[in-house]
Amino acid sequence: MGKTVAEKIFDSHQIDNPSDDVHVLKLDAVFCHEITTPMAITDLVARGKDRVFDPEKIKAVIDHVTPAKDSKTATQGKIIREWARRHRIRDFFDIGRNGICHALFPEQGFVRPGYTIIMGDSHTCTHGAFGAFAAGVGTTDLEVGILKGICAFHYPKTIKIEITGSLPAGVFAKDVILSIIGRLGVNGASHRVIEFSGPVVAGMSMDSRMTLCNMAVEAGATCGICYPDQTTVTYLWPFIEKEYPDEPAALEAFKAFWPDEDAAYAEIIEHDISSLEPLVTDGFKPDNVKPVKEMGATAIDQIYIGSCTNGRIEDLRIAARVLNGQKIDNNVRGIVSPATPKIFRQALDEGIMGIFMDAGFCVTNPTCGACLGMSSGVLAEGEVCAATTNRNFSGRMGKGGKIHLMSPATAAASAIAGRIVNSPLFSGSGK
Amino acid sequence: MDTHKNFSGKVLFLDRDDINTDEIIAAKYLTEITRDALGPHLFEDLNLEVFRRQVDIAGKSAIITRSNFGCGSSREHAPWALEVNGIHLVIAESFARIFRQNMFNCGMLAVELPAASIDTLFKSYARQETTVTTDLKKQVFIITAGDQTENIPFSLPDFERKLVETGGWVEYADSHY
Ligand code: SF4
Repeated sequence: MGKTVAEKIFDSHQIDNPSDDVHVLKLDAVFCHEITTPMAITDLVARGKDRVFDPEKIKAVIDHVTPAKDSKTATQGKIIREWARRHRIRDFFDIGRNGICHALFPEQGFVRPGYTIIMGDSHTCTHGAFGAFAAGVGTTDLEVGILKGICAFHYPKTIKIEITGSLPAGVFAKDVILSIIGRLGVNGASHRVIEFSGPVVAGMSMDSRMTLCNMAVEAGATCGICYPDQTTVTYLWPFIEKEYPDEPAALEAFKAFWPDEDAAYAEIIEHDISSLEPLVTDGFKPDNVKPVKEMGATAIDQIYIGSCTNGRIEDLRIAARVLNGQKIDNNVRGIVSPATPKIFRQALDEGIMGIFMDAGFCVTNPTCGACLGMSSGVLAEGEVCAATTNRNFSGRMGKGGKIHLMSPATAAASAIAGRIVNSPLFSGSGK
Repeated sequence: MDTHKNFSGKVLFLDRDDINTDEIIAAKYLTEITRDALGPHLFEDLNLEVFRRQVDIAGKSAIITRSNFGCGSSREHAPWALEVNGIHLVIAESFARIFRQNMFNCGMLAVELPAASIDTLFKSYARQETTVTTDLKKQVFIITAGDQTENIPFSLPDFERKLVETGGWVEYADSHY
């Protein structure tokens, strides 16, 4: 019987099978950030096991709250910073070079098709966009990953979602993934891997694929995976040009991480997006999605454009197209956080930051910032935010605040209107 | 740090289904950077009639409870909060899957017993000071209160038993791979 992508990756990385259901895999990379790693570090130290399996394969960043906002976050930064120094972890990104892990690490070329990656972070699934198996884990698993370069998993069952049709103008990867989460529900893919396949994904940029995979976890999935193709090769080429004679050879090698024709899936879903409209979440669960036009032009207090879902250059370009020459509503606060310094620089060079600033946006440094409600844009009780982030849980951006998730285009248009509205990029927009 | 856990001692009875991880340790303590800091906050938000938190927890080494213990968020802070309070054994009718795995990952014991046995334990022991002694080799609990005593056999899958014997997944992985 044929294999799915995740099954192929599992079989090529398994080093032990200590019980029927437990598969111990060798890891190609362990990613770390300052919120979840310090607890792992202090525990390893307490056990007398302050070691790392391979400093080259550990990548670490301070990204969630940076610059530190109080002594607690400063201490978290200090613990991971000193640990990185002590173990000579070369790829450690501190202030000035730091950006959101799930944007920064792919940009640095740390992700490859067929890789196994763990991180103490729910949205580690983002890296599946490159045809990798990347999963968020708890502290004990992170500790073992750091110490031994291994992790135990259950054998993955896969749901294949064939995204068919063609994307209407003004409808983006964010709308596609919101429509899928709305269809599956927040537990619809629990303990499953999702393969995103079909012509729509094949036509997507790496930025869009990362948006898609980023939110796989909001349907409960362990990882979202896209098939590595020429788009993947082109993105990674600067990092792999010494490994392959030419791009076609790299593509050929990447095909090892395509599923077999006769792979067995837990479920195959066809998802036609030809008549998809821009979507937005209502309520406090990401599967509670509605077309923007049904939101009755809900008033908003803040717009947040950023995060590991939609803080990449493609997202900023789309938002800038909507904002160009316009001003945001007087009653709203606009915040944009480019996800990495490279994206920030690119946006400056392309004049995008100028457009944001002319429109009245505040530009922050690259950070998770408001996404997790710890800094750079926390909401007050009763306030409403239109955000390009991935979680609308109650209290996520501040106690008593409410978040509506949407694409950068919808967020930019809503900033101008002061209410949740469709962007002029959407052909079907009446407004 | 002693990685070996103690599975014997006084029992805390929690007579309710579905005790979730938020009740075990509230979300507001997730920003703590040491496990010890969680200690004083165990069961702060537990929704249970006649529960005098500090008095009832004091000196306890094991919990006997009903079904679906540890449901809700998958945070490992829940087993840690138990661990730093010296509670390394939970006996229940059933557990939430991730909580159960987190317990074994931390080298602690989460053992399921049939609903009828749990019911009997509540009826016969919940109102008096009760002790459990765990014989891991024979896989049996010896429950004692006053002059009352009984042996309750349990079964543990091989891999989980090894995790407990070595002191959890970190110790197991470090010695096996
Ligand atoms: S941007 Fe938000 S969702 Fe992404 S890693 Fe940071 S806090 Fe998590």
